[in-house]
Amino acid sequence: MMRRAFSAATIVAALALAVSACGGGDSGSTAAPAQSAAADPSKISGEITWWDTVRPDSEGPTFQALITEFQAKYPNIKVKYVNVPSDQAQNKFQTAAQAGAGAPDVIRSEVAWTSQFASLGYLQPLDGTRALENESDFLPSPLSSTKYNGKSYAVPQVTDTLALLYNKKLLKEAGYEKAPATVEELKKVALDVKAKTGVNGLALNVDAYFLLPFMYGEGGDLLDVQAKKITVNSPANVKAMATVADLVTSGAAPKPAIQDSYANAMTALKDGKAAMIYNGPWALSEIYQGKEFQDKENLGIAPVPAGSAKAGAPTGGWNYAIYAGSKNLDASYEFVRFMSTPEAQAKVAKEISLLPTRASAYDNPDVQGNKDVATFKPIIDTAVARPWIPEGGQLFQPLLEGYQSLVGGKSSPEDMVKSVDEKYHGIFKDWS
Amino acid sequence: MVAPVIVVTAVLIGWPLVRGVYLSLTDATEATMGRTIGVNVIPSSYEFVGFGNYVDILTSGLFWEKLIWTVGWTVACVGLHYGLGLGLALLLNRKMRLRSVYRLLLILPWAVPPFVAAFIWRYLYNSDYGVINAMLKAAGLGAVGWLDDPTTAKIAVIAVNVWVGVPFMMVAMLGGLQSIPGELYEAAEVDGATPWQRFRHITVPGLRTVSSTVVLLGTIWTFNMFPLIFLITGGGPGSSTEILVTYAYREAFTGIRNYSGSAAWGVIILLLLVVLALVYRRALRKQGEVW
Repeated sequence: MMRRAFSAATIVAALALAVSACGGGDSGSTAAPAQSAAADPSKISGEITWWDTVRPDSEGPTFQALITEFQAKYPNIKVKYVNVPSDQAQNKFQTAAQAGAGAPDVIRSEVAWTSQFASLGYLQPLDGTRALENESDFLPSPLSSTKYNGKSYAVPQVTDTLALLYNKKLLKEAGYEKAPATVEELKKVALDVKAKTGVNGLALNVDAYFLLPFMYGEGGDLLDVQAKKITVNSPANVKAMATVADLVTSGAAPKPAIQDSYANAMTALKDGKAAMIYNGPWALSEIYQGKEFQDKENLGIAPVPAGSAKAGAPTGGWNYAIYAGSKNLDASYEFVRFMSTPEAQAKVAKEISLLPTRASAYDNPDVQGNKDVATFKPIIDTAVARPWIPEGGQLFQPLLEGYQSLVGGKSSPEDMVKSVDEKYHGIFKDWS
Repeated sequence: MVAPVIVVTAVLIGWPLVRGVYLSLTDATEATMGRTIGVNVIPSSYEFVGFGNYVDILTSGLFWEKLIWTVGWTVACVGLHYGLGLGLALLLNRKMRLRSVYRLLLILPWAVPPFVAAFIWRYLYNSDYGVINAMLKAAGLGAVGWLDDPTTAKIAVIAVNVWVGVPFMMVAMLGGLQSIPGELYEAAEVDGATPWQRFRHITVPGLRTVSSTVVLLGTIWTFNMFPLIFLITGGGPGSSTEILVTYAYREAFTGIRNYSGSAAWGVIILLLLVVLALVYRRALRKQGEVW
């Protein structure tokens, strides 16, 4: 174990060096973007692998059906569908891409990973290829996540943000017809639910991403990329953290589990043990499998409660990216193009409520017919774009550790933002 | 005839080791390591920095914090492994009915792959839906957030590791006990030695060779027990249960990978264990053991 753990990185590195030393990988086959690629489907052939990261049980079948449709249209292209858990895909892709072996042709890349992969040279630039079609149709915020150094390295697949998801029946029992609009109301509603129905008002998920709405709400943020400044240690963020700590100490939310936090909060909502959680559209198909929501009408979706400054939640979502070392770039372009047409996006939105990234997809009657999407659309329009920088993925661990010690009562709001600030300075050595 | 062995060892172990040590003296990361993938050409831009990485690690409070916990974790686990393993072995070393059934049951935890064991325990420990808390509640006691508090999380991972590691110790000790000739015990009994004296003067010396080997092995394994910590707590809450190897992994595999930093961590861990093994051997030599 010891030797293996110790040398895994070095072996990878050694391999990479060996590969690059002998002229490496696969070069020369497609140096120029394939603008000349035949639009005639029968002309393109090859086998491509796609790493998908959706939940295999509730979301996978929809994408599998789209692939079947694609293969019917392009009989000479074979798409191999591989489902990789979303918490492992980033690591796996980095290992494979760096070693030059085993990487997929197309990967479903999280918005925050895209600039990181691009900066490391793993992704194929897509400007002027068939993959990126009608670019102006994409919503600006998701599109911004595909850019690195002025080039496009991905195509937006779905977009999302956090919202307040609540059990209408339980809120009604506590005397509320509407979701709380501010964090003060959130606390009051949660306490009333607890008092009148006996179940918990709010279930918190201890995860860095889920802390952002509280920060944005007070006008705080993590970084100011323009000024190269770390802004996490601000009075606004201290206030936001105090709000979160107060939700737990006041009993509005029970002391959250730290391990398996997400799963426990979801289970609590699905079983009617908690009335409200923060979550995104990706969770809807799972929530509807819960016993409280057999009648979908019982689930309320509202914007995240506002702090003293505004209501804001982070822009999340996923992109299609193509591995630069792919042996079948033309087939990959075609696949990505097909998967990100307004029709394909509409199908996904209709079936599993994942939000389209194309403005025109929202005009599709199928999409308009999906209530969840209609509810989420205005929330998406106010979502806050995060800084899409290669180091973006490293921001979460320090924040997560801070959140854990905050709800564990181990550190005060002031100490927490201070310790996060210190760790960020270790990541961004030359920032102020 | 030794040549093939040397060649294979050199290729499999020597080369990565040399490369790792070299990397630890540079500032190589995923971003500075050169490569060409399709149309993208990234030039190599890492430099030799001497012992910079080592200085950074050894001067950070984090390293010492992790080292103290790793040593504590190792001592606690190996002590419990050895004590419980020896106790169970002594119990099973007597003639009794169903002896083989007990042995089988006690060896079971060893047969469970570590990651399966880790996930099972993680469910048992779950603070809202776990079996352990359900039992506590049923008994009228409050639920405990086992993995949510640094202290209880440490106790929890030690408990799991003990559960996983005791069978090996038990089997090794049983083997040792059975190799002690029965005549010795008979002779001692004839001479009127008490059970404690028999244990003290026959069993303990008879087990010395086995003990010294399994304790060294156990120490190295526990020191580097990556899967349990990683899968049960992920090093959390905060980074309180993170041992040196899981921290080195995090350094190597999160975000833009820091090859040089993690290689330096690896070299430091290796040196710690080498020093431990040398000191241990010397101590055994002093007691007249032949290694």
